[in-house]
Amino acid sequence: MALRNIALLCGRTRGVLATRGAAHFNFQPTEAPKEYGEERTKMNLCQAVNNAMDIAMATDPSAILFGEDVAFGGVFRCSLGLKDKYGSDRVFNTPLCEQGIAGFGIGVAVAGSTAIAEIQFGDYIFPAYDQLVNEAAKYRYRSGGLFECGKLTVRATWGAVGHGALYHSQSPEANFTHTPGIKVVVPRGPTQAKGLLLSCIRDDNPAIFFEPKILYRLAAEEVPTGDFMIPLSKAETVRSGKDVTIVSWGTQVHVSLEAAQLAQEKLGVSVEVIDLQTIQPWDEEHIVQSVKKTGRLIVSHEAPKTSGFGAEIAAAIQERCFLHLESPVARSCGWDTPFPHVYEPFYLPTVWRVFDSIKKTVNF
Amino acid sequence: MSAPFSIQCFTCAKCKRLFNASAEQNAMVINNSTGAVVCQGCAEPGNTSSLAPYLQLIQEATMAIPKHVPVKPRDLEAQASQTTRQNQQAAFTEKLEFIDSSKSPAIPIYRVTDGLGKFIDPAQDPGFGKEKSIRIYEAMTQLNIMDRILYDAQRQGRIAFYMTNSGEEGNHVGSAAALEAQDLIYGQYREVGVLMWRGFPLEQFMHQCYGNSKDLGKGKQMPIHYGSQEHNFVMISSPLSTQMPQAVGSAYAFKRQPNNSRVVCVYFGDGGASEGDAHAAFNFAATLDCPIIFFCRNNGYAISTPTTEQYGGDGIAGQGPGYGLHTIRVDGNDLFAVYNATRHARKLALSNKPVLIEAMTYRLGHHSTSDDSTTYRSVDEVQKWGSGDHPIERFKAYLMAKGWWTEQREREWALQVRERVLTAFAASEKIQRAPYHEMFEGVYDKLPAPLRRQRQELDDHLAEFGTHYPLDRHLKKN
Repeated sequence: MALRNIALLCGRTRGVLATRGAAHFNFQPTEAPKEYGEERTKMNLCQAVNNAMDIAMATDPSAILFGEDVAFGGVFRCSLGLKDKYGSDRVFNTPLCEQGIAGFGIGVAVAGSTAIAEIQFGDYIFPAYDQLVNEAAKYRYRSGGLFECGKLTVRATWGAVGHGALYHSQSPEANFTHTPGIKVVVPRGPTQAKGLLLSCIRDDNPAIFFEPKILYRLAAEEVPTGDFMIPLSKAETVRSGKDVTIVSWGTQVHVSLEAAQLAQEKLGVSVEVIDLQTIQPWDEEHIVQSVKKTGRLIVSHEAPKTSGFGAEIAAAIQERCFLHLESPVARSCGWDTPFPHVYEPFYLPTVWRVFDSIKKTVNF
Repeated sequence: MSAPFSIQCFTCAKCKRLFNASAEQNAMVINNSTGAVVCQGCAEPGNTSSLAPYLQLIQEATMAIPKHVPVKPRDLEAQASQTTRQNQQAAFTEKLEFIDSSKSPAIPIYRVTDGLGKFIDPAQDPGFGKEKSIRIYEAMTQLNIMDRILYDAQRQGRIAFYMTNSGEEGNHVGSAAALEAQDLIYGQYREVGVLMWRGFPLEQFMHQCYGNSKDLGKGKQMPIHYGSQEHNFVMISSPLSTQMPQAVGSAYAFKRQPNNSRVVCVYFGDGGASEGDAHAAFNFAATLDCPIIFFCRNNGYAISTPTTEQYGGDGIAGQGPGYGLHTIRVDGNDLFAVYNATRHARKLALSNKPVLIEAMTYRLGHHSTSDDSTTYRSVDEVQKWGSGDHPIERFKAYLMAKGWWTEQREREWALQVRERVLTAFAASEKIQRAPYHEMFEGVYDKLPAPLRRQRQELDDHLAEFGTHYPLDRHLKKN
């Protein structure tokens, strides 16, 4: 690459070097409840995923992990060491073909073996869309329960990473929540990643597990080392409050937590932040109870606003909590554009946009 | 590890002069407005930044560049000749020559009998014996008769939809008879003979077409979307070819079982073979050494699209070797050829060598009850195949020549089957559909709360508006 270009990429204004690589949020670690196990060790999200798969494969001899580049450890190193530990018949590369990976995974599950299928980037899940929506989601329903692929879990990387642009930053969850029959799950940190992934793998329904790639290295905390599962379809209140409810998932939970802290300091507003965790089927009751208490709801996600999952939450909540609402349900989301490269700081629902949303909501 | 490649010099973006990086560091700056690296002479005064902070980064980036080592001609040869997984060596050639596939001969069609049911090479006779031969013939004819009755039933408005298997009875029963009961089958939609051979009851075919409460699929899908766990036949789904990579996945799972004795056989058509999923399946099967048989029923048409508009190469068999699959093309209307090929394919598959069989046949019927094939093909063409090369007629000739079947028996059998089919049919027609609550079952393993709320919403709605709904066609909910 031309030396001039390298300099260009490095940035030509002062301070760029210092801020390059800085994320739009600060990761807020969670302390895992005692029931997940006493023994803990520091893990980042990537290691937590690796640990979950290790445990899944140790406890289920039928479990296999496959996808592009998983054999050497994966492009994000999530499958590091697993091939050496479990053998190349259980951890292997497939040809470069997402529709094949999904279809193959369904077939493995139909035959009664546990399939962990990796899609390298959620942005590339679309060739697999037909298999996931028309086949996996409908297998049990259409066969009167005679055939099903509940042993299938599809893992895909997800969300903004700072420089990913159109095809390495997408949050495609809403494309799947519209399809009855599959489960969609997004963890906010290492503990959740481990516990939720184990739940997805062991759940008797096909599931898509989106892993926020920016959190792979950035998110590290004390994670229980044992075999524990976090239940699906259960939201978690990460910060209690009484004035406004924010519902979010994945990376955006940390953005919301920071905005909540700012709101407390600058506006004296008490914000409750809920991590949805399972996007579909979602824990509607938990959100309803919170909104009945606060009377105000903001949903925040990176995915584009229109037809994002925030739209579903907003519609359901105004149906269930209409008379409790003090202000319209707000959505602080990515704009309705493809995910841009250099405009990322403007595209994302930043701490300041969420803060702005809180301010508008309480002043309605 | 070789010494890192170090930057010797910079080039000024404007005047193109070279400057020594280490000795003349300060001679170069970055022009802030363009980001270009320029010499002091070409820089815009007051609008520059020092290059110093970036030298370390550039050093690190270029350390990854390995030192250039000139490759000896012999090394080139060694590199280039390492090609496929199977470690096939490719030789070099100095002739500029393209492979013109239209000049290569088509893969030949394996056959065992002629049009009159006579063995061309007696050594190829699989030696069925009387009982098996009659069982095969009865399966083919029963399918043929059931097809006619159910097609008419749709025309009379009794069932919503139907697809016949006319002309393909030979490739169905021939392949099914060569497989074992424990082998898992994935179908497309025109493989009823396979399921029939395996013993799926006549009544169950009817129940599925009517979608009544006895249908194994609980009336969820359109007619002909059969399946049976008991008979190792995965439920049919409408999307084409999606079953193909799934079949490969199941085969891989079987391979991992100790002492595996199961293969997977997946059926698809000449049209389905064009889907991306077909390509995915062939490639995965070959790279992962799966115990699978790909059975392509090339019946000449995908609805109205003839094969001349479906592929440009040598059919589907022509693709097989390209993927690394053991491949054969067979006469799909010669039951013995289909049987022999499938039998041998099964042996190969069981030793984890995936196989592609392309069975050349002809779709005598319309694509479905929603199609009228006279709008795109001539009656002459259909008659030529129907009377000149019918799998049932060819097998019947063999049966008669053996003295195991007579015209008298034929008449008796036809009446017997008609009566059996019509009885099952009439019984099935009377059975009600499952309670409407069944509509909410099976989305997930357990009914989720939001869906239960929707079911309640429907209950409440029907309590008031139920008279506008066909509740009398359904069993009462518990």
